[in-house]
Amino acid sequence: MALFKLNNVSIKGIASCVPKEKEFTKDYSYFSEPEFDLFVKSVGILERRVAPTAISTSDLCYHAAEKIITDLNWKKEEIDCLIFVSQSPDYFLPATAIILQHRLGLNKRTMSFDVGLGCSGYVYGLQLMASLLSSGNIKKGLLLVGDKSTLSTYIEDKSTYPLFGDAGCATAMEYDTSANPIYFNLQSDGSGEDAIKILDGGARNTVRPDTFDITEIEPGVKRSRRHLGLKGIDIFNFALKEVSPNINELIEYSGIEKEKIDYFVFHQANKLINESVRKKLKVTDLNKVPYSIDLFGNTSSASIPLTITTKLKDKLQDHTTLLFSGFGVGYSWASCIFETKNIYCSDLIEL
Amino acid sequence: MDIHEFTKQIEAEFEEVEPGTITPTTNYREIKSWSSMYALIVIAFVDANFDVQLSADDLRNSQTIQDIYNIVMAKKTN
Repeated sequence: MALFKLNNVSIKGIASCVPKEKEFTKDYSYFSEPEFDLFVKSVGILERRVAPTAISTSDLCYHAAEKIITDLNWKKEEIDCLIFVSQSPDYFLPATAIILQHRLGLNKRTMSFDVGLGCSGYVYGLQLMASLLSSGNIKKGLLLVGDKSTLSTYIEDKSTYPLFGDAGCATAMEYDTSANPIYFNLQSDGSGEDAIKILDGGARNTVRPDTFDITEIEPGVKRSRRHLGLKGIDIFNFALKEVSPNINELIEYSGIEKEKIDYFVFHQANKLINESVRKKLKVTDLNKVPYSIDLFGNTSSASIPLTITTKLKDKLQDHTTLLFSGFGVGYSWASCIFETKNIYCSDLIEL
Repeated sequence: MDIHEFTKQIEAEFEEVEPGTITPTTNYREIKSWSSMYALIVIAFVDANFDVQLSADDLRNSQTIQDIYNIVMAKKTN
């Protein structure tokens, strides 16, 4: 069981970076008008950011990192750890975190590594960084998360293409003996490995002659074996079944009263899923559940920090109680709860 | 919730459907505005009202509103 209480760690600030280029759902020509209406009403996405070929996830994270380092007045030589959480790394090898350590001009004494998680990745990344900082052996860490998911979706796949947007975020975390504890609940279930999957290109199925052939999976769903495939019903059922029990268990473990939670920041998957989770948790105050999915779509591991920086900027003063929950590809899901000290949110960067 | 109330509430989830046009024997895939998105909406409705989950197989193996209702009732009693 992966329940944690981690002391002495505070989140100092968060910066987000998105590509400036937008795609609007209303311009998606593979939707009929009723499909568009239903999609906007139930999934909730009006527009998304799409990175051009020249911009990768690491570029988005690089600019977010520079921004938060500057805004917090951090000295680069004080940063001891850099974690890059993504499923769209620059290369098979080396790890992108190491490339970013050098590009950011961080000290060679910085430990850097990648974590290959998606929608749950922000909370997993927070837990890893908090675990490393909690002992006080290292003092400052940068958590970089994000994906260029649009690289992996195919325009003629209505079940994926209109959903995903690109973003990268940087979270600055620090050893701080006056911080309130952060509680975590992390889970996984690999029986769901086929629910969201890119079949070819890894070491299991290397690229082969038919990898790029486009085939029709079902009406309205065409893609190749290198594109991201998504089984909507399976993912939906997974989220309905697993997310609220994970959160309820975490809340009980933490001893924090549910009524005291000021904001529930969920991974921005799909409004229908998130609203179902909200109702299961019996959260009736809609102001407590911020959404950014309308403007950015599903941005994978970046969705929670992107929602925070765009919707909760200046609201995260001392003694705000926050709950984060990320869930999806894997299946992998995780939540955390804590009372903040002031979290600084940088202005959104558009690259 | 009996089958008539169930049908009425499912009907209310659909856009652009005149009240009373969907009956227990309606093949839901033949409802004019049906799309895969409605599968999720029906799953969410059933989950919220019965605390029961409809799988992709459940939907694949059903044709009518009555079929869905029967699956829900069978799962509810198990």
